[in-house]
Amino acid sequence: MAMDTPPRWDRRMQQRLARGEAAALGEFYDRFAALVHSLAHRVLDDDDAADQVTREVFGYIWENPDSYDPKQGNMRSWVAKLTQRQAVHRLRQAETLAYAETGLGSAEELEQKVHRATVAARADYIVTSMPAPLRAALELAYFQRRDYRQTAADLGVTEDEARRRLRLGLQLLSSANTRPLEGSSPPGYGRTP
Amino acid sequence: MTGATGDGDEVARAPWIPGPRRAADDHADLTARLPEEAEEPDVDDPDVDDPDVDDPDLDDPDLEVPVLTHDVLKSLLGAWALSACSTGESRAVENHLTVCAPCADEALRLRDAVALLHEDRDLDLDPLLRSRVLENCLGRRPARIPVPDWVTPYDAETARLDALLRDIGESEWHAPVRLKWYEEDRVMRRKATVAAVIGHLLAVDGLVSTALGLDDPLGAGVPELSPTERTEALWSALDRPPNRSLRGPWRDQSHTLIRTVAFAGRGVADLTVTYKDFALPLRDSLLERAFECWLHADDIANAVAYPYAPPSGAHLHGMIDLAARLLPAALANRRRTGLASPARHLVAAGAPGRSLHLEIEGAGGGHWYIALDSPAAVGSADHAVAQVAMDGVEFCQLVAGHITPEEAAAGQDGDREAIRDVLAAAASLSRL
Repeated sequence: MAMDTPPRWDRRMQQRLARGEAAALGEFYDRFAALVHSLAHRVLDDDDAADQVTREVFGYIWENPDSYDPKQGNMRSWVAKLTQRQAVHRLRQAETLAYAETGLGSAEELEQKVHRATVAARADYIVTSMPAPLRAALELAYFQRRDYRQTAADLGVTEDEARRRLRLGLQLLSSANTRPLEGSSPPGYGRTP
Repeated sequence: MTGATGDGDEVARAPWIPGPRRAADDHADLTARLPEEAEEPDVDDPDVDDPDVDDPDLDDPDLEVPVLTHDVLKSLLGAWALSACSTGESRAVENHLTVCAPCADEALRLRDAVALLHEDRDLDLDPLLRSRVLENCLGRRPARIPVPDWVTPYDAETARLDALLRDIGESEWHAPVRLKWYEEDRVMRRKATVAAVIGHLLAVDGLVSTALGLDDPLGAGVPELSPTERTEALWSALDRPPNRSLRGPWRDQSHTLIRTVAFAGRGVADLTVTYKDFALPLRDSLLERAFECWLHADDIANAVAYPYAPPSGAHLHGMIDLAARLLPAALANRRRTGLASPARHLVAAGAPGRSLHLEIEGAGGGHWYIALDSPAAVGSADHAVAQVAMDGVEFCQLVAGHITPEEAAAGQDGDREAIRDVLAAAASLSRL
């Protein structure tokens, strides 16, 4: 969870990568590979393409660790941003190529497809980055079909609090439709989209 | 807070917003019936009309619609969008949305947000992707502080196990794991849990930590203990049954070990790691830890019904090679305790002696010649008196004590006694 990542870890990791520590690269991969691969997969919907984006994103970071600016947000959001950019770039390439070859589709459809994929990836990122209590509430209510009273009981909180968490979680998630991921730290509590 | 900005009393001409769809599930079709449809039940396909549906008709005149304040209605918007409130509350919210524009606006946004929720994909990350990605990186920019080659099996195996642990649920940490090994020619068994196995790995990896001067996970001032004793000590020091909280310390320790070794320079490979009853140079010790990590990860994967592949061929080869190098001493040990047949032809140290040809098939395979009469002798193809052919993973299962020498499906040729002694010695390398 991004919320558990102290900024110190980010800065330290950046220094170690810059220093050329292969062990740091392994640790960096272990922390972010699942995020990178799943976001790339969400955009491209293809395992091989997601593998390729994963390779490119880690390659880029290992070669350019200094391009991370801690002032712009945490390392996790930076990694997500790079991944999304690379995956969308690849999607655009693949779709343009397909269009050139088959003549099917239109520029408008391509943009719609890119937009949908971008929103979906952003939403995934927001879910994985939101505060754990909100995420837990959404998981209970949505995936396990618990109503808010049961959710409150499962989480050991009041019904008011369960309602609050569900609403806040969806508010954060809804920002995927409106806010660009560009430069974002994960949305915080109470942010107005 | 978003949406309602305090002017919630303003009556706006908001369209009536139909209720949200039900949570992602197959039986959503019926319960997600839109109000428009509810008004005209005839449009429903009679075939799918299910009398068991517990969702009362939204137009049910008996439906009790609670009278709620604006604040409560607003607070219900998330639960409403997720279909996580009572039918009466849903109805109250929907009635409210026709008269309150800010809430109606937020309701639409939240309902659209629900459509973005998506099941996590499990275990889709190919474990072999890690080495490919890292290799690609290091090809683009060589490491200034590389991880030595002999550490990579440990690096790869701990990363694979960690990826498995990341994907298992809270309750699976308590899934029973049946540990099995071979001791004094008997199969030993012990019941543990997934978390307890991680505790075991944490405790025994700690031997390497202490050899490198790092903190011992058992705490300072722990006397020299065997791997089994260390495991027992760690387990009994826990005030609750082992749980997922052991993952962090185990993973941090393995990362610290790799990093420390990478910084330590060349000589560190020969540093002695003591296991109380025996010792290994660090380079072999980390290979042995990689081997243990794989086999215990395999135990865990079996316990939680996940697929788990063997290590890459190169790493498997290193593990088999280590076992093959340890076999002559294990044979001698058994001979001393009368478990193996006496030596036949003692030769001068360093001279070729009577040997068993171990042929390992499959990924990581190769040919090894095991000196039979003395660890000081050199294994030799010219002095081979017997041959055993086995699959690499099967051989590792034998070395781990997961299968007995009798169960090992080995192609055998030559001196029966030598074959029996070597297979039994291989199994004797196993422990908890």
